[in-house]
Amino acid sequence: MKPIRDPIILPSEITDERDFRGRRSLLAALAASPLLLTGCQSASSEAPVGAGATAKAAPPVGPAAGGAIPGIKTSALSTSEPKTSWSDVTSYNNYYEFGTGKGDPVERAQSFQARPWSVTVDGECEAPGTIDLEDLIKPHAIEERIYRMRCVEAWSMVVPWNGIALADVLQRFKPTSRAKYVRFVGLEDKERMPGQRYPVLDWPYQEGLRMDEAMHPLAFLAVGVYSRWLPNQNGAPLRLVVPWKYGFKGIKGIVRIEFTNRKPATSWNDSAPDEYGFYANVNPAVDHPRWSQASERRIAADRNLFNARIPTLPFNGYAEQVASLYTGMDLATYF
Amino acid sequence: MTRFDRIAWSKLVLFPLALLPALLLVEGAFANRLGADPVDTLTHATGIWALRFLLLSLTVTPLRQWTGWNGLIRYRRMLGLFAFFYATLHLLVYVALDLGAYWADLLTDITKRPYMTVGFAAWLILLPLAATSTRSMIRRLGRSWQKLHRLVYVAAVLAVLHFFWLVKADLREPAVYAGILGDFARVQGFQSLAQASPGRADQRKGLKTIGTRAV
Repeated sequence: MKPIRDPIILPSEITDERDFRGRRSLLAALAASPLLLTGCQSASSEAPVGAGATAKAAPPVGPAAGGAIPGIKTSALSTSEPKTSWSDVTSYNNYYEFGTGKGDPVERAQSFQARPWSVTVDGECEAPGTIDLEDLIKPHAIEERIYRMRCVEAWSMVVPWNGIALADVLQRFKPTSRAKYVRFVGLEDKERMPGQRYPVLDWPYQEGLRMDEAMHPLAFLAVGVYSRWLPNQNGAPLRLVVPWKYGFKGIKGIVRIEFTNRKPATSWNDSAPDEYGFYANVNPAVDHPRWSQASERRIAADRNLFNARIPTLPFNGYAEQVASLYTGMDLATYF
Repeated sequence: MTRFDRIAWSKLVLFPLALLPALLLVEGAFANRLGADPVDTLTHATGIWALRFLLLSLTVTPLRQWTGWNGLIRYRRMLGLFAFFYATLHLLVYVALDLGAYWADLLTDITKRPYMTVGFAAWLILLPLAATSTRSMIRRLGRSWQKLHRLVYVAAVLAVLHFFWLVKADLREPAVYAGILGDFARVQGFQSLAQASPGRADQRKGLKTIGTRAV
């Protein structure tokens, strides 16, 4: 039913005017930084995405939001279901740091600078430290994982993420036996994230996983989507993807990863403990106190106005892989 | 009784204007321009317009008293019927498009989920009001017509509550509508107080200060 969309120039493909005007100083800064040299090379070697875009804007420098990611591996963990379009994935976002409307992030995150970026990894581990994002990514091959994404609001998407298995990253920091949980913290910056000027949540955004959940092969750190570096509205430059849990577990703009022996506080759970649990596993049998979780509206190429609703599956269809993590737990209590 | 005067002409202009949001939604649906989740867009937009027209219909009485322009009363029925029209679209979109094949869930929704219960109750209240909006019904019901139609305030309170309860965390938008409704309540409250007391001048003063806030 959906007509084929014209190839449009996405806002994320257009270089911010400030960058464009300051391109010489940006290049000089890149040249001066040996860490970023690889990023610079990949930018010059890659073909610009969409010939039409280059006519109007300079190709992205380095791993700029929206630039193409080279050499992506495929994964057996990907679903073959029809995907949600690039334009829907990048224009319909819950990212309260940029506003509570679904269209706010794409509108208000365009000038956000997601590089340079560093992540602090600390807590119960032998090799803590603050690491530049490029160094965090560099040792790993970037994979594509096409995952179902089920929002707690009862809509869902199928998203081709690009990134790294969370476990592979975490292991580099040598968590100790005292590490029972992993805590994630998002960026807090009222200047750069205008949505944070309103205390709709207790900023910064925080999320957490039990250690065994974090080490599960499905748990994923995304740095890209649709083979491009993450657009700002999707959580650039680094976000969590836990496909068997509700979407709000997928914290965006991560600046800190902490190993801890105590269950970390999580933003939505803090905000409404009876509505959003720590586990937040997708479960059609446990309704949200205000609405049903038994089915969902799928936003994808094969769906339209009249057939959007589909049944919700336990653990978002990943029960075979993850149900064993929760044996013996009452999922209605630990929702 | 019906003169085709200036008010009648203005209603001819207002009618398509009030219909415009619905037409734009239909057009948007066909052109695939309702965003990633078109069902959600349709549900939200029809609900918001129902609430707007409901509140607009409620402004007529205080505005008439404040401005002293009695002709305003002739817009009230149209505004009220448009509120019912959008509320009905809202319900239809929910049942036919959102639930779709899962339409049987409506009963569970209404009985189990408070925001659905109050939303549906608001629509149920509007139903007899719309049905008794014809001139012959007004005549036939006499004094009880007025009593019956006071239920519109109950419907408005339920509609705002419905909005409040469905929002996830950001209460700013429903709060705006609740604020407007609260102002009406205060205006009406002042009015009944003033009617109980002999000083009519006080009433006008009270209305004036609050009227400027409400609009």
